Amino acid sequence: MEDGLKPNPILIDSHRKEKVSIWLLRLITLFTVLPILAIVIYIIVKGAPSISWEFITAFPRNGMREGGIWPAIVGTLYLTVGTAIFSVPLGVAAGIYLAEYAPDNSWTRLIRIAIINLAGIPSVVYGLFGLGVFVLFLNFGTSILASCLTLSIMTLPTIISTTEEALRQVPYSFRAVSRSLGATHWQTTWRIVLPQAMPGVLTGVILGLERAAGETAPILFTGVSFFLPQLPKSIFDATMALPYHIFVISTSVPGMSVQIQYGTVLVLLFFVLGMNLLASLVRIRARARRQW
Amino acid sequence: MIENLNLTYQDGTESLRNVSLTIAANAITVLFGPAGGGKSSLLRVLNRLNDRADVTKLTGKVLLNGKNILDPDVNPVELRRKVGIVFSRPVPLPLTIYENVAYGLRLMGENRKARLDQAVEQALREAVLWDEVYDRLHDPAIAISGGQQQRLCLARVLALGPEVIMLDEPTSALDPVSTAKIESLMQELKHRFTIIWVPHNVQQAARMADYAAFFLQGELIEFAPEKKLFVYPKDKRTEDYVEGKFG
Repeated sequence: MEDGLKPNPILIDSHRKEKVSIWLLRLITLFTVLPILAIVIYIIVKGAPSISWEFITAFPRNGMREGGIWPAIVGTLYLTVGTAIFSVPLGVAAGIYLAEYAPDNSWTRLIRIAIINLAGIPSVVYGLFGLGVFVLFLNFGTSILASCLTLSIMTLPTIISTTEEALRQVPYSFRAVSRSLGATHWQTTWRIVLPQAMPGVLTGVILGLERAAGETAPILFTGVSFFLPQLPKSIFDATMALPYHIFVISTSVPGMSVQIQYGTVLVLLFFVLGMNLLASLVRIRARARRQW
Repeated sequence: MIENLNLTYQDGTESLRNVSLTIAANAITVLFGPAGGGKSSLLRVLNRLNDRADVTKLTGKVLLNGKNILDPDVNPVELRRKVGIVFSRPVPLPLTIYENVAYGLRLMGENRKARLDQAVEQALREAVLWDEVYDRLHDPAIAISGGQQQRLCLARVLALGPEVIMLDEPTSALDPVSTAKIESLMQELKHRFTIIWVPHNVQQAARMADYAAFFLQGELIEFAPEKKLFVYPKDKRTEDYVEGKFG
């Protein structure tokens, strides 16, 4: 358009359209982000005043209306770690099998479909399954163990499919080279493919566990209690947990202070968003180091 | 030594038909011909990289030191240490320069640092890469140039202590200077190894050949020592190809 070049009207038109559509997309994105932002800010504003050292580290008093939420925080930590212990090795192993070893036949396809469907099952169904199998049939009782196992089953599909996907994204040429240098299939997987896929695997693990940390329904029937005067002493004890605690204090405790409710929500949100942030950091770091 | 080798892929294509060929030690044998002639398939048979791929039928014998390497009791993992391969595109493993060369040894369970240091240096020197990388052995291997990467791939193979080195169009992704380096390097190394080279053009075939084999559509058309194939081809098809009438 400079130096006396005649502007082409068609080009200008498409240029204008391009600009408009970009702005439209930006606007739509903004609309989807806004509610999330609004929720987070609202919870921080309403909940922040109740956050104090006592709130974090004390037991609830006076029918939860006073005191802190320490046992619920500890419980959620126990449940998340316990879930990780069961679901991470199992899920990653299954993902490795599906990506690296499973033959491509109808049986494998059936397994994949099953995993995808498992991811779509409502969490309350997992809760009832856990009640039936772990609490009653295996006689673990209402316990941390039963809750962790239930949460693990719910988390597995996420971990399996993200692991499988991450492994598949490692270029085939690495495998060929590794094999040509005398590596067995397992050595190739362990030394080359898995380290390359690690960021993807970790992202899946964290996202899966984050869901486990925030769920109420699966632990409702299997391991949480309304109120416990002491911290759980073994994996066969019941525990308190943040999501269930929120459910209880916002539905079943008359005269509950709204501030404590929001404070508890804020702590859970902090917990879950913190894990989310960790997942993002892992991904960003890995992308910066990516070598192909 | 290759006898009556037949190879058929899952989709029914016959990749190799009755190929018989004796490959001389301490010399460069060039396998050339148009794409789809079966050269790469042959290389993949020789170190059994095809084992898990979609091969449906493989008959014939490949004798290495009198042992048929296609026998089921031959461990392909051990075979691949004796019969190394350099691919057409340099693919450094996502490790450091040092670890790329040490990889094969670590797989065999060698973890003593002194031994690894020595083997890595020796392999890099043999591949004429040491002087260019000795001060950054622990940088990612992807950071060096394409030509250097290809020599790194060669060093990686040398570190295994192979008997046979196969090169599948090793210079097709390289510039002329890097190509010349690899070519002169292989002329040196041929005194100690058996080298099978798939060149990416006829000129290179003629330059490198101690023995030359012309492949067309899965068949070995002609095989002759030295440059005879290029100067006095016996078969009309070889002649046409060498003269550039098709390709």
